[in-house]
Amino acid sequence: MAANEKLIEVDDLSVKFATPDGEVTAVNGLSFGLERGQTFGIVGESGSGKSQSMLALMGLLAINGRASGRALFNGEDLLSMPANLLNRIRGNRIAMIFQDPMTSLNPYLTVERQMTEVLELHKGLTRRSALTLAISTLEQVRIPDAARRIRMYPHEFSGGMRQRIMIAMALLCQPDLLIADEPTTALDVTVQAQTMALLRDLQRDFGTAIILITHDLGVVAGLCDQVMVLYGGRIMEQGSAESIFYRPTHPYTLGLLGAVPKLDHEGERLLAIPGVPPNMAHLPAGCPFSERCTFATERCATERPALTPFGPQGDVLRACHREVIEIAREAERVLP
Amino acid sequence: MSDEREQVREPLLSVRDLHVDFKVRGEGLLAHKRTLKAVNGVSFDLYPGETLGIVGESGCGKSTLARAILNLIPATAGKVVWMGRDMSGAAPADWQQVRRSVQMVFQDPLASLNPRMNVARIIGEPLRTHRPDMAQAEVLARVKAMLVKVGLNESQLYRYPHEFSGGQCQRIGIARALILEPKLIVCDEPVSALDVSIQAQIINLLKDLQKEMQLALVFIAHDLAVVKHVSQRILVMYLGRTMELADKRNLYADPKHPYTRALLSAVPLADPRLERGKVIQMLSGDLPSPIDPPSGCVFRTRCPHAFDRCAAEVPPLKAINEHTQAACWLY
Amino acid sequence: MLFFSRRKTLLDQLAQAAPHGRSLWADARARFMRNKAAVVSLVLLLLIGAACIVGPAVLPHSFDSADWDSMSLPPTLKNMHWWGTDESGRDLLVRCLVGGRISLMVGLLATLASVAIGIAWGATAGFIGGKVDAFMMRIVDMMYAIPYLLIAILLVTILGREFYLVVIAITAFSWMDMARVVRGQTLSLRSMEFVEAARSIGVPTRRIIFSHIVPNLLGVVVIYTTVTVPSVILTESVLSFLGLGIQEPMTSWGVLIEDGTSVMEVSPWMLLFPGALLSMTLYCFNFIGDGLRDALDPKER
Repeated sequence: MAANEKLIEVDDLSVKFATPDGEVTAVNGLSFGLERGQTFGIVGESGSGKSQSMLALMGLLAINGRASGRALFNGEDLLSMPANLLNRIRGNRIAMIFQDPMTSLNPYLTVERQMTEVLELHKGLTRRSALTLAISTLEQVRIPDAARRIRMYPHEFSGGMRQRIMIAMALLCQPDLLIADEPTTALDVTVQAQTMALLRDLQRDFGTAIILITHDLGVVAGLCDQVMVLYGGRIMEQGSAESIFYRPTHPYTLGLLGAVPKLDHEGERLLAIPGVPPNMAHLPAGCPFSERCTFATERCATERPALTPFGPQGDVLRACHREVIEIAREAERVLP
Repeated sequence: MSDEREQVREPLLSVRDLHVDFKVRGEGLLAHKRTLKAVNGVSFDLYPGETLGIVGESGCGKSTLARAILNLIPATAGKVVWMGRDMSGAAPADWQQVRRSVQMVFQDPLASLNPRMNVARIIGEPLRTHRPDMAQAEVLARVKAMLVKVGLNESQLYRYPHEFSGGQCQRIGIARALILEPKLIVCDEPVSALDVSIQAQIINLLKDLQKEMQLALVFIAHDLAVVKHVSQRILVMYLGRTMELADKRNLYADPKHPYTRALLSAVPLADPRLERGKVIQMLSGDLPSPIDPPSGCVFRTRCPHAFDRCAAEVPPLKAINEHTQAACWLY
Repeated sequence: MLFFSRRKTLLDQLAQAAPHGRSLWADARARFMRNKAAVVSLVLLLLIGAACIVGPAVLPHSFDSADWDSMSLPPTLKNMHWWGTDESGRDLLVRCLVGGRISLMVGLLATLASVAIGIAWGATAGFIGGKVDAFMMRIVDMMYAIPYLLIAILLVTILGREFYLVVIAITAFSWMDMARVVRGQTLSLRSMEFVEAARSIGVPTRRIIFSHIVPNLLGVVVIYTTVTVPSVILTESVLSFLGLGIQEPMTSWGVLIEDGTSVMEVSPWMLLFPGALLSMTLYCFNFIGDGLRDALDPKER
């Protein structure tokens, strides 16, 4: 495979749910690509569809959910793959970790059993060699006294340690891609810093690509190379971390950056985005953010803006009718 | 400048060496009951109109502290002095009096509202409780006014909590807390459960209302950045004890206590260059159990600067300069 | 400035929506109506109830009149004995409906009594907590351990088979489920944030119980009532089947089923009709109970 060939290429991914109140589109037309060893951040608040998009990739949608589009992983489309083939990839080539380690780990099985199970299933290892590999993986995620601790149950560990066990389990088969859904949201800030450092180191050592789903811009700033900002199931802006944080071109991105409380700046009043989170069953015909956007016009509410490239290399994508210069001017005014 | 401060005020609330213990069952069949020291000797003063931010990670006791101030959880030892009145051993009727002036806003916006009551009844409840003499019409008028003040619409008066978003529910909670025109509001992680953009709305709202109504706030959070926007002074807690109590500017610019430094360095910044370039003070080890805290300074097991004295004696909270107090043997 | 005009439009949009909220009850009712099995069951139950109340008045026969030339008839159009007759020529249809009256009445009374006792017991235990709670729940456990049939036989043998005694005997062993469920719900409600909020406001305990705890109990109570009714009716039927329940000349479904089993080989309709009626009623209550449980489950939102 050529160095720049995409590990995963998602094209027009959409996720719809059949509910008693009608069909709800949670994710609408996502497209992105990820290279080996890169970290991709998906940023959004509630109703943005960030989690559902990745659950669709892993075939973990609820029964009333349907995904459409294509998601090419090593050339094969994950969305149209039969369950048995998808199973071979899940946990093996693509691993996923979730927000709450307590509910993602089986409370009735020891950590040992849960980890060796993965190895026996995907790598066909014997119990003995699986155990050895599991212990060494736990050591790599810096669980002290791993050989003894592996026999314990999930509830006997602290939150931070449980998250590390989850990461260890995800890395057991040395996957090409790790999908992390709000991995640090439930953790204390010092534990969060440790976990982020761990992810960074592991990525460097294993070369794993990471898709990081979060609402925390600080975490994104620390880990991600490329960032995609979602609202109401659609992409608002997409680009490198540098461009998103220092040269935002979309009102929502600007709003998010302004709303985040800043530790390093003496700002007194936060820039609040007015309004309430989107009602996914009743989105406006145009841009989903138009109801809350301070730059919105009539056109924004009725005509959906297409995702268009911007910038000298066209590497920033934005879905907005307004001119970049207007957003940039406001950014100059409100951001530190 | 400091003269002005001297002459103004009696503290609204004075907490002295507050302790809250819980009895827990020990391990094993025959183990005797053990004590969990959730709050282990916290003291501070709060002046009218000021905001005290209380930060700490899980298990530090900040939520327990908040509830002990209001006597929702009984304090095991120590004093709570409210407007000059010592509340130790006070009767429930006395606390009832205090409750007119101290209200609370909770962490989970939806869970803090009775799902079977509509907004009008929820916001009006404090009035019906403390002012049973007030006429129905008057109660309704005040409820309506408060609803608008927190940024909602009169038309939503008879809706039910589940029909609102998280941010709106929190506004209702704030309206309920404000209807009696209290002097102090204790906010227990009021924005932790909200989206970033809504968080900013609620923080701005609290600040505006504080200015308008001359409120004192005790703002509890685990997010140092959020606390920075709201507070004048900040108290950092760890395992039931105060590590540092300082003016905002000083705490953030020049944190004295090693724990505060670690906490500040760990907060992820929304700035890629700064975030990736920064040096984080990593804490070693895990949080000790509050049932069996370390001897001497409770932070010593994870502190990069710990030495002999730290294990032997508990460092008192003492003033390092006129803006900062810290509990550390380094000073 | 754009800021404020945007915000105002938003609020105006909100204002246009209906002023009165859709309470959780209304929500639940809508969800219940979507459940076809539950709605059909409700209709059926109401029909059965109506038939039992009104039926015997409009039907040509009375429940105890012996028709000497129509003895042991299978269902037939002759003499309008649509469901047949028993050995004494008494019309089965009327007897079923009259028996239904008794069965349903016993069911309702015993249920009401056990629900009342159960709520009082459970809410008190749950709210006070501690040793009182432990003590009260141990009594519940003891009640579960007692074989009710033996006690029922004892009671009936000693005190006789009056209608009210049957109701008491049944109530005595049907309140425990409700008590347990209400206690559990009260315990969980006690630690909910909105109860804590009420305490922080200074709402007196009595008010907390009435305004905050009880309304949130009703959902669970309604569900368990619909579970208690069939259980109670069945208990009555079993007692009557064993000859310990309703006395002649009154009749109930249990009595009719007992009569029916004794002639089941010769006159199967004698067993079939009361049996089918009892089964259908029980099914209906169960479906309604299921429907209510789903409708009132907040997670379904």
